[in-house]
Amino acid sequence: MTDFLQQVVAGLSSGSIYALLALGIVIIYRSTGVVNFAQGEMATFTTFIAWTLVDHGVGYWGAFGLTILIALAGGFLLERIVVRPVEGKPVINGVILTIGLFILFGGLSNWIWKAEVRSFPPSRPFPTSAWNLGGVAVSKQDAGILAVTLVLMVLLWLLFRYTKLGLALRASALNPTASRLVGIRVGWMLGLGWGLAAAIGAVAGLFTAAAAPPLDPNMMRPVLIYAFAAAVVGGLESPIGAVVGGLVIGVVLNLISTYDTHLHLDLDRVRLPLALALILIVLLARPTGLFGRQVVRRV
Amino acid sequence: MSRLAVARTIAAALAFAASIAFILIAPHWDKVGDIKGAQMGTYFIAIVGLNIVTGYTGQISLAQGAFMAIGGYTTAFLVTHGVRDLWTIPVAALVAGVFGFLLGIPALRLSGLYLALVTFGLAVAMPDLIAWDKLSSVTKGGQSIQLFGSKHLLGQGFNDVTVLGHTTSFNRAVYYLTWAIALVLFLVAWLLLRGGPGRAFRAVRDSEVAAASSGVHIAAHKTLAFAIGAAYAGVAGSLLVIAVAFADPQSFPAKLSLTILVGAVIAGLGSMWGVLLGAAFVEFLPVVSVHISKSQGVPDAIYGAALILIVLLLPAGVAGLLKRAASPLTTRLYTRS
Amino acid sequence: MAPLLELEDVRARYGSVQALDGVSLSVGEGEVVAVLGGNGAGKTTTLRAISGLVTTSGDVRFAGERITRAPPERVARAGIAHVPEGRGIFEELSVDENLRLGAYLRRGGFSESYERVCGHFPWLERRGAQQAGTLSGGEQQMLAIARALMSKPRLLLLDEPSLGLAPIVVREIFRIIGDLNEKEGLAVLVVEQNATLALRSSSRAYVLEVGHVALEGPSSELAENESVRKSYLGY
Repeated sequence: MTDFLQQVVAGLSSGSIYALLALGIVIIYRSTGVVNFAQGEMATFTTFIAWTLVDHGVGYWGAFGLTILIALAGGFLLERIVVRPVEGKPVINGVILTIGLFILFGGLSNWIWKAEVRSFPPSRPFPTSAWNLGGVAVSKQDAGILAVTLVLMVLLWLLFRYTKLGLALRASALNPTASRLVGIRVGWMLGLGWGLAAAIGAVAGLFTAAAAPPLDPNMMRPVLIYAFAAAVVGGLESPIGAVVGGLVIGVVLNLISTYDTHLHLDLDRVRLPLALALILIVLLARPTGLFGRQVVRRV
Repeated sequence: MSRLAVARTIAAALAFAASIAFILIAPHWDKVGDIKGAQMGTYFIAIVGLNIVTGYTGQISLAQGAFMAIGGYTTAFLVTHGVRDLWTIPVAALVAGVFGFLLGIPALRLSGLYLALVTFGLAVAMPDLIAWDKLSSVTKGGQSIQLFGSKHLLGQGFNDVTVLGHTTSFNRAVYYLTWAIALVLFLVAWLLLRGGPGRAFRAVRDSEVAAASSGVHIAAHKTLAFAIGAAYAGVAGSLLVIAVAFADPQSFPAKLSLTILVGAVIAGLGSMWGVLLGAAFVEFLPVVSVHISKSQGVPDAIYGAALILIVLLLPAGVAGLLKRAASPLTTRLYTRS
Repeated sequence: MAPLLELEDVRARYGSVQALDGVSLSVGEGEVVAVLGGNGAGKTTTLRAISGLVTTSGDVRFAGERITRAPPERVARAGIAHVPEGRGIFEELSVDENLRLGAYLRRGGFSESYERVCGHFPWLERRGAQQAGTLSGGEQQMLAIARALMSKPRLLLLDEPSLGLAPIVVREIFRIIGDLNEKEGLAVLVVEQNATLALRSSSRAYVLEVGHVALEGPSSELAENESVRKSYLGY
């Protein structure tokens, strides 16, 4: 049992990362109608930026914060300059554009920082030791990642629910024309949506590097698929669904890894295909996702 | 025949002749060579396949590399079990085609975006699937299947090959084999696309409602497109495996599917004539980009930038390009006068 | 005194279709002006041209300032509130949130605006948490108007407020509009297919036909006009 709980906690930790990335995907999709295939590669790119900051003497948490700001600005600019033209256009345009971003950022990460193996961070964000809670060894890092993720989620929730800015962000995603008539600068809101998503992605990237060193340019590839699975399971438009989906997928995958030896199905090897199967099943059975928004409309 | 049709036929014939000339000359040009030339040929075939599914029928598929894997592994499996390599190529096409059809069925229920997601996932997940223990009787798990030295392989993978009295090196033979098949498949696709099936595909892409009301069987054509596209990819994968004389999970990474997409977009989705250009671009950019920097990231950065620029600079979108490119150049030239 | 809103030779197109072909009209301070016309005459486009939702040429002036081709956000900031065709409310948000959005441009004036607006539509307070999409058609229309009022505009643009609503609801809406005009001096430019009601509620009116003004004048006169009666009043 303790083993099981341990694995659940560890799964929640990796699930937090999937949840973060999935949340970014949902925010972007809700506001601009585009699925950002480059979400993972952008996270990797910003993580490399953080590495450079740390390499130049900035403390870990300082680099963390700075990277988030850079991601915020970068995402905003990206939307205004590169993504704006494909909003509202046929789906294939957005797909090709974000795939282009996927390839571009992957290439840039490789080019600028080479493919050398580098450990990051030199100073760990969380201590590597573990607590002993009633016999269950909970890694401080796992707890740390989970805690920071939850705090971020709460902050975002507060932003969207209770602030004027959050309301404007939601309104811009729901009805851009009506939003403009009310005086909202919808263009800025959409840019901010991408900025937030990029910032959340940056956190996901930083945690991925911390959880599974060394820092490697391909680290977010599988994470992206798990994040897609989480986003889809929650219904591409549901932030809560994305978060819950991410955490659940994290736990399930971790349990599969742990108990696979008993099953002799070599499931550990096919985690990605399993995630893909999940995506396919959910999209076929319930395209609006398990948490899909129920919008009641009076006819 | 009307003047327009004559003009079109002449233009087509000229382009075709020019292509053949290029293909005959290319291996002698040391900047190209046999190996790269053959690889360009496999890209060519895969791009034509992708064009049929995505360009002409409008179903976004990011999994062309995955179907290449199916074709490639079919060949690898058969050759190691005693089948002559050349005979494995149509089998690879068939097997990949069947899988393409199987994917096409659920694809009917997936909107463009979701289909892109699923096929992307397939491309990323394929190497792991190949390496799966449970499939290792076919794929040998994570280990590579070696065809080098097999007597069922042309020249055992390294010796000179004698065909119809001529002796050439293995690489040269593979080159000609690849391009011979590529040209044949191109012609087949061209005939298909300018005929009834092609019109049906385009009708499905442009408006399913209109297509259905004109009697086009949507589901049949959509799955058929997937099957054909996958079959083409299967041939490409098969040729790739023959050329390098081995197959392993990393022969068909996610990147491959994306590279083919780049080639197809450069070619102009929905246009057959740019395919040579697209294939050349994706094959030789890494060679050229070495002058900028030796880093592996440079070609990718350029591929990505190219996709982005193409999408942005065509205000009618790639979909607009689909429609514009669907009418051959000669029509536009002629209708202006 | 210069009119509050002035349109001079305004043209607008959707792609290759010329929707407005030189429309000139004005709305004075505190006036209720109606725009009538059949389908496709350009009534809705006129309002959209004012709000900057469609590319226009010509001159649109509000309180002396040129707002031709200004983006909708700027037009809203200038003091024009537009209730579009189909109401333009945020169906997935609550009544309260819709009203808050109406007050987006007002710094800190939310409660004062809220009280004022609830004075006209008392039921809004009781249903604050209800999802806007679950309101009835008439309630949604009133919410849309309430939301527009939250920004304390000088000019209200109303696009087909009676569309799809029962007569008794429509009468209530126009009564409230009349009230707002009398008590708060709110200028209103209302586009309406229901010509009888529109002429009765306004002091002046314009009749649009195929993108330009065919007739204009005091509403009482237009109501007596032979061709108006035949085409739009049904007798």
